[in-house]
Parts: sequence; C-alpha cells; structure tokens
Amino acid sequence: MTVPLPAAAENPSLPQYVIREPSGPYRSLNPATKLSVAALEVVAAFVIPGWLGPGLVIAVVLVTAASSRTLRGLVIIGLAALPLVVSIMVVNLFLLPGAVDPIARIGPLAPTWSGFWFGLLTTARLLAFSSALALAYLTTPVDDLLADMSRRGLGRRGVFVVGAAVQMVPRTIERVGEIMDAQRARGMDTEGRIWRRARGVVPLAGPVVFGALAEVEERTMALESRAFTAPGRQTLLRVPPDRSIDRALRWLALVSVAAIVAVRITGRMG
Amino acid sequence: MAIELGSVRYRYAGSSSAALGPVDLRVEPGRVLGVVGANESGKTTLCLVASGFAPAVVGGRLEGSVQIDGIDAATLRPHELAQRCGLLFQNAATQLSGTTATVLEEVAFGPCNLGLPVAEVMERVWWALRAVGVVALAPRDPARLSGGQGQLVALASVLALRPRYLILDEPTSELDPAGTALVADALARVAGETGAGILLVEHKTDVLARIADEVVVLEGGAVALAGPAAAVLSDPRLAELGVEPPARVLLEREVRAAGFDWSAGLAEAIG
Repeated sequence: MTVPLPAAAENPSLPQYVIREPSGPYRSLNPATKLSVAALEVVAAFVIPGWLGPGLVIAVVLVTAASSRTLRGLVIIGLAALPLVVSIMVVNLFLLPGAVDPIARIGPLAPTWSGFWFGLLTTARLLAFSSALALAYLTTPVDDLLADMSRRGLGRRGVFVVGAAVQMVPRTIERVGEIMDAQRARGMDTEGRIWRRARGVVPLAGPVVFGALAEVEERTMALESRAFTAPGRQTLLRVPPDRSIDRALRWLALVSVAAIVAVRITGRMG
Repeated sequence: MAIELGSVRYRYAGSSSAALGPVDLRVEPGRVLGVVGANESGKTTLCLVASGFAPAVVGGRLEGSVQIDGIDAATLRPHELAQRCGLLFQNAATQLSGTTATVLEEVAFGPCNLGLPVAEVMERVWWALRAVGVVALAPRDPARLSGGQGQLVALASVLALRPRYLILDEPTSELDPAGTALVADALARVAGETGAGILLVEHKTDVLARIADEVVVLEGGAVALAGPAAAVLSDPRLAELGVEPPARVLLEREVRAAGFDWSAGLAEAIG
C-alpha cells in the first residue's frame, strides 16, 4: 500500500539540486517500474528458449542504454564480467557432457562445437541478465530507489539496509585501494603472476573485513545520535513520481512474465 | 539547566574494572567544557556517559547519576537523547548516513527521522548549515568532502536536531591545521550564537585554550585537574598527566627560562 506524500513540485522550499528532475523517458520512470522491466528482461533471457530471449533482451537494453546515455557504464560493467565469461566458455568448450563433435584435438583435450555454442548461449544469457539489472542501477539514483521503497511501506531500517548495501560497494572498492597502497608501501608484491596476486589477498582481506566491522559500532551510535530509531514515519524530502504510464508498464511486465512462464510450461515454445 | 554527572562510575559490558569514575562534572548551556587526558584515560567513555548513550546504546553498568536538564538520562530513549545531546565522533566518514546525494539531504537526515514537516526540516537544515558556516557545501556530495568539511557537515547534521548540548569526541583529531581551524571557528560560533553547552574532548590544547571556558583533565578514568581553562592549561602538572600544554604556555615557559620578561604586552602580541 502506498502512502500519499507531498511531491517534489509541491515543496517550493527544496532547491533544484535536491529535486533533480530526471532527463529522458527511461530515466523518468519510477524505480519500481525500472525494476519490473529488468525482472521481465531477466525472465525473458532465461525462459525463452534459444537465442531469441537473450538476443532480444540485449538489443532492447543496448538501445535503451544508448538513449539514456548509459552505454559506457554498461560496457564497463560488462567488462567486469569478462573473467566469468571466459570460465564459462572454457568449461563448456572442453567439458560439456555428451558433446561428441570435436572442433580439433589438442593432446588429450577435445573442444567441441556443441560446447562452443552452449557456452556462447550461456554467455548471452548472463550478459542479458547482468545488463538488464545494470541498466536499472545506472539510471536510478539510490536515494530515488530508497524514497520509493519508503513510500511503498518498507520500514526505515529496511530502507537503510538496502541503501547502505548499495553504497557499500564503491566505498569498499575505495577502501581496498587504500589498504592495497598501504600494503604495497610495506613491501607487499601485488603485481605480476596470478599466484603472487592471490598471495596478496590475505593481508588485504583482513584489514578490509575487520576495518568494516570496527566501524559498525561507531556508525550505529552516529545513527542513534541522529534519531534514527525515532518512532513514526520518516519525512521524505522528495518522492519520485509514479505516473499512470508507470503503473501500466508494471502491469504489462507482470502479465508478460506470467505469459512467458505459462507458454514455456505448456510447451508451446518448442 | 545542565548536564550533571554525580559520582559517576561506568564499566563496559564484560569488563571487570571501571573505565570511568568517580566523575562529577557539569556542562552548562552556552559554555564550553574542555576535556583532555592521555590515551585510555576515559575521554571517549565520558562522552558516551555524558550523552546518555552509555549504557542506553552501548550497554554496560552505570553507577551514580547522569541528569540532562534535570531528567535522569537512563529514562530517555536514544532518539530522545539525540534531541537533547548531539554526539560527534572523531571520524567524519562514519558520522554520515552514506545514503544521501547532497550535503543538504545529509543534514536533513536527522530532522527527517523525527517525521517533521518538510518546511520545518528545511528551516532547521539552513539554520544548522549557517551556524557551522557551510551553506556553500549544501549541493555537494557528502562522500567527496575533505576531512575538515566532512566534520563540519557532521556537526551541522547533529545541530539540525537542535540539541541543547553537544558532546564532541576529538572532532579535529584527523584534521590538518587548516581543518582544525575551520572546526574550532565553527564551535566557537555555535557556542556563542546558539547557546548550546559543549563538552569538547580534544588533544589539541591550543583549540581548548581558544574556545573552552573550563577544562577537566582525566587520568585513569577520574578527574585529576579541573578549573578555568587558562589556569588548568598552564598548570605545571599537565605534562605529568600526559597532556601537552598549549604552544603559548610552552613559549612563555621558554621565554621565562631564558631570563626574559614575559610581559602582558608580549603575550597580547602573540595572541
């Protein structure tokens, strides 16, 4: 159930940099709508058999990313999945069970065409899945998502946990960089061969994990000192709009997911 | 009206010895009480106890009484304590909520938690930003501030709850001289203009010499010295208690030791 709250336009006391009107049709969608569309894309990528599902999703995501100027960010996130893609390809190429159509023989190893195509399809599904979620992430400011969740009735603790978890990613990356620099300054070798890098993980993981745990108590008290546990509903400075097009798109996504699953279950997709 | 600690002793949960006590002290509105002491002397524990957060939030066992404006702190819930006593720690990064995109929204976090109307939230936010002198930072990303700016934003965030008292645990410890000067100026302004009572734990005695009215020196969790700031900070026992006197006091001693006259005029010229 949603609770009526004052919209940004009704709060003239708020400066423009707080209201932050989104630009472009996709960015202007409500965060819940973008998540619903992403969910539909994920279901389509995995449930529609063959190349149609992932191919369609990747095409839609790329066009949307280009129109919402997030293509570069999407490519960077895609590149981060490269090690996973390589491992999927290698495993399927050489170890796909039942594959008997070798491309070539390299000593005891025999990469197969079936493994190659299956690895490629799995990679396409993985990219469709990750790019759909990444697009929603890149086009939705975290505080918009939190405000919308809050409006939809999620408690302030739940909202804070989601917000802190999302924000923790860049902060942890920053902290890892600082600790790595500090360890390098003390002579730790983090460059070169993979086993050297792996050996450097242990002195890195300790400070990252224990440092984060040590901060928890101070952070908890800092939150308490800002009345975080006060009873009643939290004031929201601005709430992302939820227009009729948003509601229509969410219904469409829901019906489409149900239809795809139903058609798949009844075997009409082949 | 004051924060009053009467014969207070405090022991952390799981510890067999008291980290603080016996302590008697008073923080009055509009006055700055400085607290110094060597490491492990109980300064941070004093902050937690005086703000009511120990034992309300961190647990442990408290003996004696902590009264905030005549109300027993033990009867107040954390959000009620927060509206009476603002508590600020050393590390600005852990003070901020980490969920906001601008300094303005970060400062609004506390008032929003109280469920105040948007107009009142904004009124408080601008007031706090002005009191600390950081209005220009309002549109900035809180995660991209310098240490001094971050600490000032954290101070404004606490002030936005309009507490009658501020308990500050080494707010300049991670700051360079420029950042320290920024925070010290802001504290002097807050004490003067808002009438808030401030308990300021600070290693940098130059800061205390500048803004504190009284100073308390802790040793082993108990009060070793207390009195007007000028008298305590020039007390010869300060060094024995692990506290470095302010630069001006050290200079005066050197000048006198060299056989020169430390005249009032010279002292004034040095400032």
